[in-house]
Amino acid sequence: MTAARYAPFSLYIHIPFCASICGYCDFNTYTVQELGAGVSQGTFHELLVKELEIASRSLNAPSVSTIFVGGGTPTLIGAHSLTSILRGIENYFPIDADAEITTEANPDSVDKKMLTELREGGFNRLSLGMQSAAPNVLATLQRTHTAGASGQAAKWAREVGFEHVNLDLIYGTPGESDSDVRDSVDVCIDADVDHVAAYSLIVEEGTAMARAVHSGALPPPDDDECADRHAIIDTMLAGAGFSWYEVANWAKPGGASRHNQVYWDNANWWGVGPGAHSHIAGTRWMNYKHPSTYANALESGADLYAEIEKLTPEQVHVEKVMLALRTRAGLPVAELNAQELPRAQTLVRHGLLDPNALENGVVRVTDSQRLLADRVIRELLG
Amino acid sequence: MSSPRPGSTDPAVVRNFCIIAHIDHGKSTLADRMLQHTGLVDDRSMRAQYLDRMDIERERGITIKSQAVRLPYRAPDGSEYILNLIDTPGHVDFTYEVSRSLAACEGAVLLVDAAQGIEAQTLANLYLAMENDMEIIPVLNKIDLPAAQPEKYAAEIAHIIGCDPEDVLKVSAKTGEGVSELLEAIIEKVPAPKGDADAPARALIFDSVYDTYRGVVTYVRVVDGRIATRDKIEMMSLGTTHELLEVGVISPEPVPSDGIGVGEVGYLITGVKDVRQSRVGDTVTTALKGATESLGGYRDPKPMVFSGLYPLDGSDYPELRDALDRLKLNDAALTYEPETSLALGFGFRCGFLGLLHLEIVRERLEREFNLELISTAPNVVYRVVTDAGKEITVTNPSEFPELKLSQIFEPVVRATVLLPSEFVGAVMELCQQRRGVLLGMDYLSEDRVELRYTLPLAEIVFDFFDQLKSRTRGYASLDYEPTGEQEADLVKVDILLHGEAVDAFSAVVHRDKSQAYGVLMVSKLKELIPRQQYEVPIQAAIGSRIITRETVRAVRKDVLAKCYGGDISRKRKLLEKQKEGKKRMKMVGSVEVPQEAFIAILSTSDSSPKK
Repeated sequence: MTAARYAPFSLYIHIPFCASICGYCDFNTYTVQELGAGVSQGTFHELLVKELEIASRSLNAPSVSTIFVGGGTPTLIGAHSLTSILRGIENYFPIDADAEITTEANPDSVDKKMLTELREGGFNRLSLGMQSAAPNVLATLQRTHTAGASGQAAKWAREVGFEHVNLDLIYGTPGESDSDVRDSVDVCIDADVDHVAAYSLIVEEGTAMARAVHSGALPPPDDDECADRHAIIDTMLAGAGFSWYEVANWAKPGGASRHNQVYWDNANWWGVGPGAHSHIAGTRWMNYKHPSTYANALESGADLYAEIEKLTPEQVHVEKVMLALRTRAGLPVAELNAQELPRAQTLVRHGLLDPNALENGVVRVTDSQRLLADRVIRELLG
Repeated sequence: MSSPRPGSTDPAVVRNFCIIAHIDHGKSTLADRMLQHTGLVDDRSMRAQYLDRMDIERERGITIKSQAVRLPYRAPDGSEYILNLIDTPGHVDFTYEVSRSLAACEGAVLLVDAAQGIEAQTLANLYLAMENDMEIIPVLNKIDLPAAQPEKYAAEIAHIIGCDPEDVLKVSAKTGEGVSELLEAIIEKVPAPKGDADAPARALIFDSVYDTYRGVVTYVRVVDGRIATRDKIEMMSLGTTHELLEVGVISPEPVPSDGIGVGEVGYLITGVKDVRQSRVGDTVTTALKGATESLGGYRDPKPMVFSGLYPLDGSDYPELRDALDRLKLNDAALTYEPETSLALGFGFRCGFLGLLHLEIVRERLEREFNLELISTAPNVVYRVVTDAGKEITVTNPSEFPELKLSQIFEPVVRATVLLPSEFVGAVMELCQQRRGVLLGMDYLSEDRVELRYTLPLAEIVFDFFDQLKSRTRGYASLDYEPTGEQEADLVKVDILLHGEAVDAFSAVVHRDKSQAYGVLMVSKLKELIPRQQYEVPIQAAIGSRIITRETVRAVRKDVLAKCYGGDISRKRKLLEKQKEGKKRMKMVGSVEVPQEAFIAILSTSDSSPKK
C-alpha cells in the first residue's frame, strides 16, 4: 500500500490540558487534578510520539501537508514539549516544505519569548482563543485572560514572524451587546491578523453553562440576536479586507486555513492523542477520551480507538454535502444524485442556493442565506 | 338438597340484582368476594376482579361490558337460592346500557366508598333504579380504611334514598367483613321475579358481546315463558329470526343448559357475528307462537360525539379500516365512515356515545391493533336549517355550511355535579361560562351539594371535565344525559396557516366565544409551529373575516456553529435523526407542521369523566 493514496494528508495533535475548565466548554480537556494516574503534562508529548510512530507504520509514512496542535491549551505544556512533538513528526513522516503548522494558544498562556521559541521550532500559524474583548463576556464564559491580552499576543506573534495568525471569537453570549461584538472585531482588525473564526455560542449539554441555562440563571443565546451579530461581524471584517470562506471563518487573501479545508474536503487525517478523531480512507475513528485510558492502551499495545465506523457510500455522500455547503467554494453539481438535482433547483427558486453558481456547475448557498445552511443541507438530502 | 338447575328453577328462589357503584368504590372486589362466599369460585382459582374481562377494563378499573353471574347460594337456614349478579357498566356514556341492566333486576346494591361518599354517576344510576321501583340495598364499602367516615356517609345515603342511617350495611369487600350479612339482605329484601311461565317467551337483552370463537353471546333475562335449546328465536325490534345454537348460564364459566325459564338470567348463542344483530334493549321471543308485544324500552344507540380518526402513517389506512370493522362486531354504538382531510390524509369520521367511549375505542385501536392515530378534537352533531329551508346534519365542523343559515340546533344534556359545598361558586361560574342553565341545587349533607344544569353537550366535550376537576381540586363528580337540542348562535371558526384553512382545526363555537377560541388556538399554534424559511401568518377566521392573527417569524439562523474533524460524525448522525423528524412533518400548503403540533392542538379536550 503506498502512502500516496492518502494525499493530501494531515495530522491533528490533541493536548487535553487546561489550567481551568471554562463553563461553556465541552472539549476533551482536563485540569491537573482530573488527570489521574499514569499521565503527566511534563511527559505527555512522549505518548503522542508513540502514537505518531504507529500512524506512520500503518500508513507507510505519507507526506504531511498540514499539522494542527489543538486542545485544551497546547501552550500549557510549554514551547519545548510542543516543538519536541514536531521533531517526533519529522522522525516518522516527510513534511511538505510549505506545510501549514498551527498551534492553538490561550492569550494568557503565551509571552513573546514562548512565541519566539514556537516560531523557531517550526510553527508558522498561531490560533488564539480570544473569544471577546468585553470583560463581562469573558467573565460569563469564565475565560481567565484579560480583554487586552489577545490583541497583545496576536501582535507579538506577528512580530516574531508567524505568517498566519487567527483570533477565535464567540458571539451570542448572554449579556453581550452589539457594541461588545464591534469592540471584539475592532481588536482583531487592529491586531493585523489574517484570519478570524467566529462562532455563535452553543450551550452544550453537560457543561456548567447548560446547568445555568436550565436553572434559569442564564438566558439561552437568542438565534435572531446571533444572526444580527453574525451580520455585524461579516460587515466589519469585509470592510477590513477579509472574506468568508466557511460559515464561521473569514480570512484575508492567502490567510485561509489549509488544515480546516482538509476537514471540509473530507480528506485524510490522523488525529493523535486522547479523544482525537481520525478520517482515513472512508473510516472514521475516535481515540479513548480519557488521557489515562489512552495512555494505558498505548503502553499495552492495545487498539487506541473507542469508536470506529466504516462509512457507507451513502454516508460519504451525506458528509460531502453537509461539509461542502458550509463553505463558499460549495459542491460540484456532479456530486448530486438524480433526486437531489431537482431539489437544488427548487432551493434556487427559494433564494437559498446561488443561481449563477449552479449554472456554472457549483452548488453553493447564497451569501445572504448562509446562516440557513443546515436547512439547505436537509432539504437537498431529502 | 342440591341447587336448582337452570331451566327448572322456581322463580321464588331467584334474586336478580346489580351493584351500582362509582368505578373505584370496590364493585369488582365485592363481586369477587360474593363469588368466593357462595363457593362458586375457590380461593385458588380466584383471579382478582374475576368479572372484568378486558385488559383495558382491568387497567382503568372500569367495567365497559356487563356480564351476569349465576350464584347458587345456600342460606344459613339451609334453603337454596339462585342469585343472579348482573354487572353494570359504570360510566356516563353507557346510561342506556345501564338502564337495560337495571331493567333486568328487581334490586340494586348501592355501593359507596365509606371514605368518599356518593359520586354523581352513582347518584344518576341510583335515581334510574329508584324510578324503576327497584329495591335498593345501601352499602358502605371500605370500612376498614382509616379515612372511612361510615356515620357521615350513612347519613348522606339515608338522606338521598329516604331510609334510616341504621339500615345502611357496612362491609369491607377487601377483608370480607359484612359480606354474608349483605347476601342475607339480598335474599330478604330483593323481590323474587314475577312472570307468566305459560305465556309466550319474552326475554330482555341487557348485553351482547362478540366472542371470537362463539360469535355473538347475548345475555338475557327471561320475563315470561321459557327459552330452550333448538328453539328458533326472533329479535322483536329487528324482526329477524335465528336458530338457537346454545342456551346456558354463566356460573362463573359458561354452562350450557336445556333452557332458561321465568326470572332466570343466562346467555344465548345463535351464531351471528355482529352485535348489531342482537341489540341491547331488544326483546327475544320464540319464532313459533312468539309474543306479539315486546317488553318495550328499546332504543337505537345514537352517537353523540364525533371525531376524525387518522393513522399517523398514512399507509396504515387499510389496517385502520379492518380494525374498525372488527371493533364494530362488538360495539353496536360505534359508527364510522371514510373521510379525507387535507391536513391529515385518509381517515374515518367516527361516532361515539361520548368521550369515554371515544377514548376506549381509540385505545383499543392503538393497543389491540398496534395503530398510531391522530384524532381530531371531538365535536357534537349540529342540525342546521338554511334560509332556503333545507335541513343539514353536520358531524364534521369543517363541513359546517357557509350558506346563510336561519337556524342552528345543538344537543343539550342535563348534567349533575356533586361537589363539596366550598366549591359551589367556582363550579357555578364554570357552568355559567359554558352557557349552562341552573335547574336546581340540593344539599346532600352539610358539606356536599348536588348541582343540576342544562348544558350544551359541545361545552362538556370541550375541556369541561378538566376544568371542573381543577376548580374543585378533583373533588367534583359529573354525570349527564342527553335531553334534546336547543337553538344557538353558533359559528364555524377556521384556522388558516399561510392563508390556507386547516380542516382538522375547524371548530363550531358559540359566537360570543369565537374570538377567545381563535386567540387560544392561534397562540397555541404559534408556539408549536417551528420557524420556517418564510414568515408564516396564523389566522383565525369566521367565513372570510379574520378575527385574530399571529405570526411565526422567519428563521434566520439554522446552522451549526462549527464543524471540524471531531464534529463530523455527530453532525451526520444529527442529520439522520432530523431526517426521521422530517418524516413526522405534515405539509399544510407550504407550511411544515410537526405531528406533535396536531396532537397537542387536537387533544385540548381530552377530558372524559373517567373519575
